[in-house]
This record gives sequence, C-alpha cells and structure tokens, in this order.
Amino acid sequence: MLANINWFYFAAPQRFYALAGRIIAPLYILAAVLAAAGLVIGLGIAPTDAQQGEAYRIIFIHVPAAWMSMVIYVAMAFWSGVGLAFNARLALMLARALAPTGALMTLIALVSGSLWGKPTWGTYWVWDARLTSELILLFLYLGFMTLHAAIEDERRADRAAALIALVGVVNVPIIYFSVKWWNTLHQSASITLTRAPTIATPMLLGMMIMALAFWAYAIAVVLARTRLIILERDAESSWVRSLWSAS
Amino acid sequence: MNWASWSEFLAMGGQGRFVWGAFGFALAVVVAELVQLRLRRANLERAAVAPGEVVDETKK
Amino acid sequence: MSEPSSLVLALRAVWAIVLRDLRIALRRKSDSTAALFFFLIVASLFPIGVGPEPQLLRVIAPGIVWVAALLASMLSLGRVFADDYSDGTLEQLLLSAHPLPLLLSGKILAHWLSSGLLLSVIAPVLALQFDLSLAATFELVLTLLLGTPLLSLVGAIGAALTVGVRGASVLVSILVLPLYVPVLIFGVLAIDASNAGISTAAQLSLLAAMLAAGLFLAPLAAAAALRISIE
Repeated sequence: MLANINWFYFAAPQRFYALAGRIIAPLYILAAVLAAAGLVIGLGIAPTDAQQGEAYRIIFIHVPAAWMSMVIYVAMAFWSGVGLAFNARLALMLARALAPTGALMTLIALVSGSLWGKPTWGTYWVWDARLTSELILLFLYLGFMTLHAAIEDERRADRAAALIALVGVVNVPIIYFSVKWWNTLHQSASITLTRAPTIATPMLLGMMIMALAFWAYAIAVVLARTRLIILERDAESSWVRSLWSAS
Repeated sequence: MNWASWSEFLAMGGQGRFVWGAFGFALAVVVAELVQLRLRRANLERAAVAPGEVVDETKK
Repeated sequence: MSEPSSLVLALRAVWAIVLRDLRIALRRKSDSTAALFFFLIVASLFPIGVGPEPQLLRVIAPGIVWVAALLASMLSLGRVFADDYSDGTLEQLLLSAHPLPLLLSGKILAHWLSSGLLLSVIAPVLALQFDLSLAATFELVLTLLLGTPLLSLVGAIGAALTVGVRGASVLVSILVLPLYVPVLIFGVLAIDASNAGISTAAQLSLLAAMLAAGLFLAPLAAAAALRISIE
C-alpha cells in the first residue's frame, strides 16, 4: 500500500504551489490565536518571579525564538539532504526559503536575550553557552545565504548552499558542546542566562503556546516564500503565465 | 490577573523598556518579514504584467 | 608480475598529487611566506593594541596565536583549487578513475604541509614575544600541529564550494570560521590547562578525535562540493 502512494506528488512546483496556497492563511490565523493566548498567559496570568521580577517575561519570546532558530536549521539541513539525494529542485527551494526566517528567529533570540541580560545580570551581552551558540548559528545562516547569493548559476547555488547546510548541521552539536565546555571552564559563577526561574505551570504553558505560535508562523512564512521562489524561477512556464493573466 | 491597572502593566515593575523592547523587536521583525514578502510578490506581479514584454520562445 | 591493485594505483596517484602541489608551492614560495608573515604581524598587533603588560599578554597569548593561525590558514585556502581550476587540472581530477575524496586528501595534505605545518613550527617565535613558559610553548605547538590539519580539511570544503566565485576568499572565511570554533576552543583550553598544571588529556583527545573524523569526512564533503561546483 505504501508503494502505491506517490511520495513525490507534491514535489512538482505547480502542485506544491496550490497546496501551500491553501494552508498559509489558516496557519497565520492559528499563529495569531496561539500568540494571543500565549501572551495573555505569559503577561497576564503567570506570576512575577521572585528573583528576576518582571524581566523574566522575556522568555516568552526568547525561548520560542531560540527553539525555532534551531528547528528551522535542522529542517533546512533536512530538505538540503533530500534535495541533493533525490535531485529535487523543490526541496532545495524549500531549504532556500527557510534560511531568512531562521536567521530572523536567531536575531530575535539574540536581541531578546540581550535585553534579558541587562536587567538580570547588568550587561547587554553575556557570553554564556546558549547565547554564544546562537550567535554562531546566526553566522551559519548568514554563510548559507551569502554563499547562495554569491553564486550566479541558480542550480549550483542551491546545491552548494545545501551542502554547507549539511556540513553545518553536523557541526552544530560539536560547536554547542565545545562552547558549553568553554563556558563552564571560564565562568567562576556559572552565569547562565537561560537558567530559568523555578518554572511554574503558567510559565511553562505560556512558553509552550508561544512556541507553537512561532512554529505556525514560521511554517506559513516559509511556505509563502517558497511560493514566491517558485514563481520567480518558473516565471517562463505556462502555468505561471496563466496564473498571472488570470489575476 | 496580575495587574491592577494598565499603567502597571506597561511599567512591568520598572523593567518595561526591556520587556517591551524585546516584544516590540519580535513584532517588528515579524512585520518586516511579512512586508518584505508582500513587496516581493508585488514586484513579481508588476514584472509579469509588464506591457510590451518581448519573449524569446527559442530560449529555455 | 601481477597488476598492482587499484588501491596501490590510487595511492600512487595521491602521492603524485602531493608532490606536484608541494613542488608548485616551493616554486611560489611567496604564497607560503606571505601567510607566515601575516601570522606574525597579526599576532604582534595585539600587544600593540591591548598594551604591553606581561601578565595580561601571557593570559591572552594562546587565544591570540590561535586566532592568528586561523586567519593565516584561511588566507591560503584560495590556493587549494583556484590555480588548478584556471588551468583545467581540476576537471582532470574529476574525470580520474581514482576516488575523488582520496585524491583531494592528497591536495589537502600538500596544503597543510605548506601552511599549517609551517605556522606550527614558527609559533615558538610568537610564544617568545608573549613570554610563554616552555611548557606552554610546547603545548601551543602541539595543539597547532593537531588543529591546523583540521583547518586545511574543513577549509578545503569551503574552497571547493566557492571555486571560481567572485569574492571567494572572503566568502570562504564567512563559511568556514564558524566551523573552526570547536578547534579554536579546545586548542586554547589545552594550553590554558597546561598553564594551570592540570591534565590536558581531555582537550587533546578531543582534538585528535575531531582530526580523525575530519580526515575521513572532510575529503568526502569536499569531493561532493567540487562536483557541485564544476559539473
């Protein structure tokens, strides 16, 4: 039965375009609803933290963004692998579409982390293992995008960037592990920015809901970007032309 | 609810600029990303509907 | 007399590549010496920048020398494929019957011999400038000997991806520097540990493990990258 399913049905850009088009709007709505619920819980219901006061509420942005930055990188590497292994154009386009969103998530994580650090630890930047790894992750994203932009041939650019994504994903655990080692050996008082306050249930719930909200948003945005990439690359094809003339 | 009034909510125990700075930045990024996608699509539409478009059918 | 096995033939081809690349590097000594001078100059800039306090310098020396070595290695990465690309030798390599990863490991070895190895050997001069103890100097050279091959290995992947691309050298740096972070960290931590009198076994074995993994995986990745770039 599994053999009868055409796994590559949606690998055709045209079909993917149609499918993605139908699920993007619902995803945005879901993201908005989840974000509203998450913010109500996180800002309104979760209690004040004994040690960190109100500033801890930044975790409702920082932690979901950090999670997404990592999830998106893994997804980017996954589709890069699929694209290279099966020579699938669409998979590579999807990987290409994931990068900017992932980089922006990393940026949100870094900025929110910095703003959390100032009232909590007194400085706008803390070289703790998590933040430092986030910074390196940002460099990995930027490397991916810069490499893609520098190569003129679209196909070569896709595949080269895909390879660097794969090399990167293998290195991310190594980088994280080495940075953690570096951090614990250098900090006398282990200042971990993300040592969360004793997690009360509303806090955890708020974080989870915000994480889901970020996830829904990210999927929607990436699908939207993939559709644009498809339109740009297949601009000469008949189905795209008829799409434009119909509108 | 934690907050007795809106002004307390905005003040966030004195740490308002950090909390709202972080939330605001995240919101700004989201808005920027959505706007950028809109603009990209608009550019595509404009290019596709450009009048007097000469198409070289022999090129693939 | 039986036919030599394909492995022997392949190894002979690799050796030929190593010798060829070394011969070219010797002919163009200025490439290697320029990287060496860069290494020395960059490392010397830091005391000028942070002040001559010997205590401070002794503490930051391992990090500085290592970062300078990273940068100097990266400068020389362009050499690995650029010349062969422009004269067509690279395409010949791709068409060869021998496994490409194996051939590339030859090029990477030659690259290390003409860059990383030289940096490791000249590092004691910098150690002198920073007033490092003999033990620390020894540790510095040892970590560089273990770490610089990794710089060549990982750097080759970056070089392969950017063959013929405009602005390749800066691009390679952006791609490859984040990947160098673990090597940098463990290299410096080993020296710091030896300074503090604690065992360096953990850091050194991690470096060795990364080197072993890199020796196997990097040529594979570089070969894939080269095929993406050229075919």
